[in-house]
Amino acid sequence: MIEGTITKVSGPVVEARGMAGSRMYDVTFVGELKLIGEIIRLAGDHAVVQVYEDTSGLEVGEVVTCSGHPLLLELGPGMLSSIYDGVQRRLPDLAERYGDFITRGTVSDPLGREAEWEFVPEVEPGRSVSAGDVLGHVQETKVIKHLVMVPPGKEGVIADIKGGTFKVEDVIAVTEDGVEFTLMQRWPAREPRPVQGKLDPVVPFITGTRTLDTFFPVAQGGYSIIPGGFGTGKTVTEQTLAKWAEADVVIYVGCGERGNEMTEVLSEFPTLEDVRSGLPLMERTILVANTSNMPVAAREASIYTGITMAEYYRDMGYDVAMMADSTSRWGEALREVSGRLEEMPGEEGYPAYLATRIADFYERCGRATCLGADGRTGSITVIGAVSPPGGDFSEPMTQNSLRISGAFWALDTGLAHRRHFPAISWLKSYSLYLDRVEEWYLENVAMDWKQVRDKAMMILQKEAELQEIVQLVGPDALPEFARAVLEVARMLREDYLQQFAFSEVDAFCEPRKQYQMLKVIITYYDVLQEVLVKGVSLKEALQVPFKAQISRMKDIPNEEAPERLEALEAEIQNELRKLIRY
Amino acid sequence: MASDRLVTAEYKTIHDIAGPLVFVRKVKGVSYEEMVEVESADGKIRKGQIIELNEDLAVVQVFGTTHGLDVRECKVRFQGEVIKLGVSIGLLGRVLNGLGEPIDGGGNVFPEKELEVTGSPINPYTRDNPNDFIQTGISAIDGLNTLVRGQKLPIFSGSGLPGNELAAQIVRQAKVVGGEEFAIVFGAMGITRREASFFQHSFSATGALERVVFFMNLAEDPTVERLITPRCALTMAEFLAFEYDMQVLVILTDMTNYCEALREISAAREEVPGRRGYPGYMYTDLANIYERAGRIKGKKGSITQVPILTMPDDDITHPIADLTGYITEGQIVLSRPLHNKGVSPPIDVLPCLSRLMNQGIGDGKTREDHRGVADQLYAYYAEGVDLRRLVAIIGEEALSEEDQLYLKFADQFEENFLNQADENRDIEETLEIGWNLLSILPSSVIKRIKLEYIEKYYPGEVETPGEETEAEEAAEEEAEGGEEVEITADLE
Repeated sequence: MIEGTITKVSGPVVEARGMAGSRMYDVTFVGELKLIGEIIRLAGDHAVVQVYEDTSGLEVGEVVTCSGHPLLLELGPGMLSSIYDGVQRRLPDLAERYGDFITRGTVSDPLGREAEWEFVPEVEPGRSVSAGDVLGHVQETKVIKHLVMVPPGKEGVIADIKGGTFKVEDVIAVTEDGVEFTLMQRWPAREPRPVQGKLDPVVPFITGTRTLDTFFPVAQGGYSIIPGGFGTGKTVTEQTLAKWAEADVVIYVGCGERGNEMTEVLSEFPTLEDVRSGLPLMERTILVANTSNMPVAAREASIYTGITMAEYYRDMGYDVAMMADSTSRWGEALREVSGRLEEMPGEEGYPAYLATRIADFYERCGRATCLGADGRTGSITVIGAVSPPGGDFSEPMTQNSLRISGAFWALDTGLAHRRHFPAISWLKSYSLYLDRVEEWYLENVAMDWKQVRDKAMMILQKEAELQEIVQLVGPDALPEFARAVLEVARMLREDYLQQFAFSEVDAFCEPRKQYQMLKVIITYYDVLQEVLVKGVSLKEALQVPFKAQISRMKDIPNEEAPERLEALEAEIQNELRKLIRY
Repeated sequence: MASDRLVTAEYKTIHDIAGPLVFVRKVKGVSYEEMVEVESADGKIRKGQIIELNEDLAVVQVFGTTHGLDVRECKVRFQGEVIKLGVSIGLLGRVLNGLGEPIDGGGNVFPEKELEVTGSPINPYTRDNPNDFIQTGISAIDGLNTLVRGQKLPIFSGSGLPGNELAAQIVRQAKVVGGEEFAIVFGAMGITRREASFFQHSFSATGALERVVFFMNLAEDPTVERLITPRCALTMAEFLAFEYDMQVLVILTDMTNYCEALREISAAREEVPGRRGYPGYMYTDLANIYERAGRIKGKKGSITQVPILTMPDDDITHPIADLTGYITEGQIVLSRPLHNKGVSPPIDVLPCLSRLMNQGIGDGKTREDHRGVADQLYAYYAEGVDLRRLVAIIGEEALSEEDQLYLKFADQFEENFLNQADENRDIEETLEIGWNLLSILPSSVIKRIKLEYIEKYYPGEVETPGEETEAEEAAEEEAEGGEEVEITADLE
């Protein structure tokens, strides 16, 4: 143990001397209260420590102890349905031990030491195992089978392995060389967990939100950013995805956001059922909560805590989704610490290494072949909210995230003000995964998925152009076919893009239903244009009453949708064509 | 730690003084954020706080001016503890200065507890969901942006706009469904004497004075003290809410002055500035104030916060308004054009938001149709406001009949729904006014309210959608073009 003394205190940054021998990012305990911190700079025997707790009351001369290891997370059964702070302390445990408020110098084991798990071995003694190989499993929750794996860097021939009831620290298997395996393993948060190889993202990450799945899909293992000013619905979008998106495990990181929002998730998720398994959503969810008033340095760490836990479940072969709300607060934490270190600032006071840090973090997502002989695959999809100051997308966090992100879901203040939700701008957003996931859609949804989608997009683009003319000359000056475009675009906006996140039926819309709804509207458009060409007036055509039926497509339950929507499509074709006078 | 120290050492080792900062050398055994007394040669004592320690150098931020301080004669005494507030139930009805010392001539109050004003974050796990409706009696808030117990909902005002008046009205009228009265903690940062006396009069006129604790930092008081005032106020509020089970409403005005003070100190410390010279940690700093609202599981009390801030140049993207909006659970925005039109309170509902509204409304809390009515009013009003823009270009005559109805709706909405002056409306009245306004347009146009509620509450004749008559269809069709304009402005 290396022990030094404090020489300087400034906010969350503490300097200590006598720290020779300590390494970068080693965990240190600062002062008599043993506040947790990490070494972020070394100079001679001086070390600069960022402290994860409030530093008031620290004195020059107090002792600083270096633990000799980096910030280690405990990974093992018991993480699901837990809520952690940014450095993986269990919040319910802290509440029980220390009361309703978060005090300093508190400790809590990330995994309950007393919890017992039923371990089922999957290998026999005599088997040679190496990193990533599955030793056995425990049923962590009803939904998730937790694979107990050989940690990276270890291998050997199994000498003894036994099934039965164990606690996380108990030895469940030993190799001939005496290497012991327990149910849990430790891993440094800032280091990516190794994989055999990365794979191309080709399967769409189904969110059940029409705007996203149809127009700006993200692939499993991809990453998308949602920037938007306050009140545009970042958090609602993140929460909707956490609830409905197709993922085996969801890690929700509340990074520097509101306390009441975490409470909402905590009180709501246990009552909600997963659309696929029918079990409470909490059984597949881990929450990491570092609210805006909790120490700023721990906020910086919370993102890494989240992604490391995501990697661990990916290693088991699961598709993991991580919601990071909001990455801007993480960037600001970097900025604050950088400022205290008196580093040369880059843009808007952010450190010059901001872009590198963002890239390093996002590169930890992806679809991969996991370690282990069975070659299982898993993925991590990251949805990162960005909170640009003043809603101005030109600021460094948004721009640096954009450079590496695969999908951009731009939230629009104007849409939010008129309560068009999700307020995702169809003109500004984009997705680079479209080509990658196209094949999946053609195989699993419909052969003309791409055409229908592109046509709908074209109509929305066309509307924007036509609106400029309408602003100048009024709508009456437009030719009929153009007014038909406006008519259908309005349908697309109100009856397709708008989706109420809290509706029982409409919160999750299946890809097949999405396609059919869109197909109905596009069919309407095609037939409308067709009859207009054949001499029917727009007024006449619009009198055929489909508007109400189209606007109520949202409320058709997923299971009834195929039949009813198909019928509607056929009806539109027949009824409208009847107007044609030969 | 320093608090174990028995003797208070006195230093005469001030090295330099810059703005509100005093740099003391050769200091030993003092702790970060410890309280300090600085005594000038004439015996005058100022309080301060250590904001940085570097070897034997302590940087002290002085509350009050540094006028008359010198580097040779001045004495510095370290108090051995961080800044604390003596709290007591007896403080209700009292007026205190920005640091929590009585200034109403009523003598000192014996404190029940000494609490650190910085406070600790509430463990997110022990927070309870805010879901009790607070009736403020103001339609634009109750009907469209409902305030709930434990929420933090700021008022974004502008110079010369009646933000303070609105806050005073909320204080006068706010009540929870149980009828329980609120205890009010009032934190004033850098407000003028006129504003201060406005609040005092407004509270005493309604007999609320004995439920109020005033923390007053007036414009003439030291800037640095402003950084402590809201923290004192919230420490008091936490004490009342979580020790005495009271429903506490905290009014903080004006947060803009607070942020200015923060910038001033940051500049004096030669820190790297963020946007518009405000320090990079302003988000965290504001969060430490705003997040001290909420409810705790198993406790009866609650803290509801209504901070007021002045948007410089009415700019909602200014860092102060912007960061506040990112932390708080919504915002109430005042508008100058509405104020000039004589609408009182001049709440511009379009940029307003209450994030916790859904949790506080609906059957059993307000009324089953509340959400739908609010959404529909929003949709119509947004439509009407957009049409006004179009009218400016092509003239009102060019609009279809239906579009003219939207225009009429927007005008009447401002006149009858938003405009209420001192009236105290209960939620039933608010919703009734809402329905009356909705009946300006035919019921078949209503898209956001469930059919059963339309049938139950719509004042006029209800047509069933889907069986529209030809005439209406035609009218609607004519209307199409005009309505389309609604989104253009945002898409450009």
